[in-house]
Amino acid sequence: MSGDTRLAIEVTGLHKRYGDVEAVAGVDLSVAIGEVVAFLGSNGAGKTTTVEILEGLRTRTSGDVQVLGVDPAEATADWRERIGVVLQGAKHEGDFTAAEIVTMWSAYYRSPRPTAEVLELVGLADAAGTRTRRLSGGQQQRLAVALSLVGDPELVFLDEPTTGFDPAARREAWQTIDGLRSLGVTVLLTTHYMDEADHLADRIVVISRGRIVADGSADELAEQVAMPSQISWDAAELSPGALGDRLRDLLRSEDESVPVRAAAGTAPAEQQTERHGARLALATRDVGEVVRELLAAANAAGVRLDSLAVQPPTLEDTYLALTGDALSGDES
Amino acid sequence: MTRLGQLRSETRFNLLGFRRSPAATFFTVVLPIIFLVIFTSIFGNEIISSTGARVATVYVPGILALALVSANFMNAAIVTVIRRESGVLKAMRATPLPPWVYVGGQVAASLVLTVFMTALVIGIGWLGYSVEVQPGAVPSLLITLGVGAAAFSALGLAITCVCPSEQAAPAITNMCVLPLYFVSDVFIPSDGAPRWMTLIGDVFPIKHLAVALGRTFDPFSEGVPMPAWHWLVLGVWGVFGVLVTVRFFRWTPRN
Repeated sequence: MSGDTRLAIEVTGLHKRYGDVEAVAGVDLSVAIGEVVAFLGSNGAGKTTTVEILEGLRTRTSGDVQVLGVDPAEATADWRERIGVVLQGAKHEGDFTAAEIVTMWSAYYRSPRPTAEVLELVGLADAAGTRTRRLSGGQQQRLAVALSLVGDPELVFLDEPTTGFDPAARREAWQTIDGLRSLGVTVLLTTHYMDEADHLADRIVVISRGRIVADGSADELAEQVAMPSQISWDAAELSPGALGDRLRDLLRSEDESVPVRAAAGTAPAEQQTERHGARLALATRDVGEVVRELLAAANAAGVRLDSLAVQPPTLEDTYLALTGDALSGDES
Repeated sequence: MTRLGQLRSETRFNLLGFRRSPAATFFTVVLPIIFLVIFTSIFGNEIISSTGARVATVYVPGILALALVSANFMNAAIVTVIRRESGVLKAMRATPLPPWVYVGGQVAASLVLTVFMTALVIGIGWLGYSVEVQPGAVPSLLITLGVGAAAFSALGLAITCVCPSEQAAPAITNMCVLPLYFVSDVFIPSDGAPRWMTLIGDVFPIKHLAVALGRTFDPFSEGVPMPAWHWLVLGVWGVFGVLVTVRFFRWTPRN
């Protein structure tokens, strides 16, 4: 397999089977040099298995894999010089300081970056002399990123870099990962947060049950599933009786109380309505037209309809629709 | 960095980690010295009528064996399981560092500790209890220390294969060695012990280490002591440790 030289990662038909379980069921993936790609999926979707195969830490059942032009199953020390790996939930030896750990790891590489420079890169210069057991979760994660950068890699893998973090630690980690972009490093990161994928990556690849189900920017993914927006208003302000025929028809379905989210996964009705306490809501992709009709009805009834709210589909809605998790419930 | 530089760096950091771990320092450095002082105090440092040597000539090599097992077997096993379960070993596998350099760094650190403890125990034995290494026995002492350190390092890596968690590691390693100390001439001489106890001692490696070391301190040994049988048994256990390690050692966490 010759491979495309502009690709850092090239995967076709990747399978990984554990007994009867097919953890990865035919993944195709390509990452261009210099690209930052998020591998998005829920727990158990096959993210970590796939990434660890690419890192050369796991064997595969079948498929073709080229990472920096090399099959990771035949990883050599030379190849490992060129990649950086941050494992999920990375921990450090607590009795060493951050600087000591970086120095220790720099001995593993042929031409390592100086320790001070690496700590600076991830914003840990001030914590250089701190024992790692005293570092916060965010700092520990940044130290893990620091270790992946010691060898000046071309490609870095980050497996769930912010899972379990509080918002502040998450933002710290994001800053560090954003910093990788300026180094010109190719990045493949896994996450189960759509907002994280949207914030960090040029491109999002969605995996569900071991298969790739979508690939594109956050906007493209949202377009792909064409989730409806939600339009809602106060029922006291404008009752169903005051609506025109078409809108009233829409509201007729309110008693069926169809969950809005399910609409994307099933063959969706054009518009659906739902009652939230004292508010009336309907879901539509035809936002402009529906709002015009609502305002006309409000005018006719002599109310201002100040309670009107239009909510576009959220990233989470898109994600859930893509992975189909809203329909199937929790995945094991 | 060159392989030699990597080895030196790994050894240095292993020793630094050891120094900063209160449990490791206590069990490997302090406890053997406490035992040496306690045993010689309880039993006095009299001349034993049957052998004509002082009591401490029995305890100095016994405690030296204890320190060697502690440094090479217990300490190395516990550190390795902690690193494995915290994912440090797995992350290390993703770097260009060859696995043998990692293992070599740990063995070298254990060896440094062994040399340090040997000097300390012999020094205390000499200054405090008038126990001397016979000059002719020095090569024999060095060979015994080398073979013993290699064998117990290999067994230390092997035992990690049956330690499911970092909590289990100290318990399992202690379970292996503590009962054996009592039948292996470490805490008490096994002369008058029942036959089944001496048999157990003969099968496992600790007694062979203690007896081989004991020959080094025996003031009445004639010529150069060559405890070849004990070296052989230690060597066989070492090979067993290597085989188990090669077959079953894992770099990834069990949990």
